[in-house]
Amino acid sequence: MDLDEIDRSLLRALAQDATQTAGALGRRFGLSQPATWRRIKRLEEGGAIKGRRLRLNAEALGFGVTVFLGVKLGRKAQTSLADFERAVSAIPEVQTVEHVLGMYDFRLRVVARDLPDFERVLRRRIMTLPGAGEVEANVLLSEERRPGPIG
Amino acid sequence: MLDDADRRLLRHLQADPELTAAQLSERCGLSAASCWRRIEAMTAAGIILGHEAVIDWAALGYSVEVSLRFTLDKTQARAFDEFLAAAREVPEVLEIQTFLGRVDVRLSVIARDLPHYQEVYRERILTLPHIADVEALMHIARIKTDEALPL
Repeated sequence: MDLDEIDRSLLRALAQDATQTAGALGRRFGLSQPATWRRIKRLEEGGAIKGRRLRLNAEALGFGVTVFLGVKLGRKAQTSLADFERAVSAIPEVQTVEHVLGMYDFRLRVVARDLPDFERVLRRRIMTLPGAGEVEANVLLSEERRPGPIG
Repeated sequence: MLDDADRRLLRHLQADPELTAAQLSERCGLSAASCWRRIEAMTAAGIILGHEAVIDWAALGYSVEVSLRFTLDKTQARAFDEFLAAAREVPEVLEIQTFLGRVDVRLSVIARDLPHYQEVYRERILTLPHIADVEALMHIARIKTDEALPL
């Protein structure tokens, strides 16, 4: 999808705050409300915006620990990737599952109330997954999202 | 403190941030006014941080995504600060995370294709300061992406 300068500005603004109205964004970037609305519609229909996400304060909701797990599947276990993916995706504490190529097969983002709670999730839910082999854990200390290459 | 109705609201909003006030109140079994009041209160309390549009980088022509995991030279007192400041200057960096564990910092990097990735990796990433070691995980597929909290 090809974007011009204004599309990029709109995309960047919406990635920061998706509640801004077409009118407000139009005023900011020198467009009429209908023209802005049409551009946003085009970004959505063209697939540049794949959805909206609610940003919640995990810590304020009692989730004090986020851990990234690298999981290697056991080579001997004849588990299919699909079985593992289905089982791991069903764990509520697992927020994201990525299939990767490198020293691990999957990368998981896991949220827990505290470290003992994380240990419970790890032992009872993750280590018991079909095919799960070696697991590496890294506890998240800080995280920032960057706007990316859109000007 | 949150009650069950608040959690129900967050669960529904998390699953579909584009629900209208009417749909939300119907699904939660609350009046529209009560929904609105609760959302306002949770926003004021910093529990709801906002709504963001999710950009589909692949649709914008960035088909390569790599997770780069760094260990830094910790004999340098300013290693973290200087590495992070320099990483923020690279437009292709989407996420910066710091960890407690075997990995110190992780960068999520996108590129248009492999030759472009090679260029970014050589010219912008390997030139970042205080790198002791770096390893790469290439993304193949995202299996679960909702980043929902298990409320």
